[in-house]
Amino acid sequence: MIQAIAFYFFATIVVGAAVMVIMARNPVHSVLWLIMAFFNAAGLMVLVGAEFIAMLLVIVYVGAVAVLFLFVVMMLDIDFAAMRAGFSRNAPLGLAVAAVLLAELLLAVGAYNAGGLTLGTPNGAAMQAAETSNIEALGALLYGRYIALFEIAGIILLVAMIGAIVLTFQPPKPGARARQDVGKQVRRRPEDATVMKNPEVGQGVEL
Amino acid sequence: MISAGGIGIEHYLTVGAILFVLGVLGIFLNRKNVIVILMAVELILLAVNLNLVAFSAFMQDLVGQIFAMLVLTVAAAEAAIGLAILVIYFRGHGSIAVDDINQMKG
Repeated sequence: MIQAIAFYFFATIVVGAAVMVIMARNPVHSVLWLIMAFFNAAGLMVLVGAEFIAMLLVIVYVGAVAVLFLFVVMMLDIDFAAMRAGFSRNAPLGLAVAAVLLAELLLAVGAYNAGGLTLGTPNGAAMQAAETSNIEALGALLYGRYIALFEIAGIILLVAMIGAIVLTFQPPKPGARARQDVGKQVRRRPEDATVMKNPEVGQGVEL
Repeated sequence: MISAGGIGIEHYLTVGAILFVLGVLGIFLNRKNVIVILMAVELILLAVNLNLVAFSAFMQDLVGQIFAMLVLTVAAAEAAIGLAILVIYFRGHGSIAVDDINQMKG
């Protein structure tokens, strides 16, 4: 029973958070709601026994979303002073979100200990228990039969990384930063750089 | 089809469908803000992953989870390239208002 409660809890909140992502006026709030949605989707995945994908979702997506957050802060003109001014007004919402997250964590652990969800089988036969853990079975598949897929994924990431670097790389502009000319530096003598002056009292020095 | 706890594959598919529709809706609602559009795309990919994982559990076939990992990889690559394009656009124009992006006359 606790599995069903956990499922409805997670499902309701993931949908609610998704609505807030697209409806929030402030993009910073959108990013924070997106994190909430990802956490709840990860909870839904844990419930059916896909722990590894759930953890990957949290690590990859929440990490990527943190970067997205940085971009929002950098590129949009958001008045953070005005946002912080609403601290006491937003405190109840923050506390509610914290309470929901805590309840979810407890529910997820309880549901997982109770055996997780079984979604049934296509032919209605009883589901046989997995003999290995989720991550062990996934690893055997990924590094065995689907090794080509794994390597293609690596190449996709490499191409994306090189593409992002090439897109954002700025070659140094000529003249923007003076090139170092070692010969010129070594050729410079003290008499080129310093002059003796004997100005009148009260007069400036003309350089 | 319904099993322990009364939760079956159709419940997961419903959540996935709602998330997908919300993502598509977000693209149409936030026409002005590219970053929110990127977030809506992430929501769509999340719905896809949820469906893949649900079917993987339903069919008792881990290949669905392998495929979900590939989708995750592509989503990360897409976010990196999208944000890089955004950076160079911002560098050139000083803003990222999508309304003004019509140089390609699309």
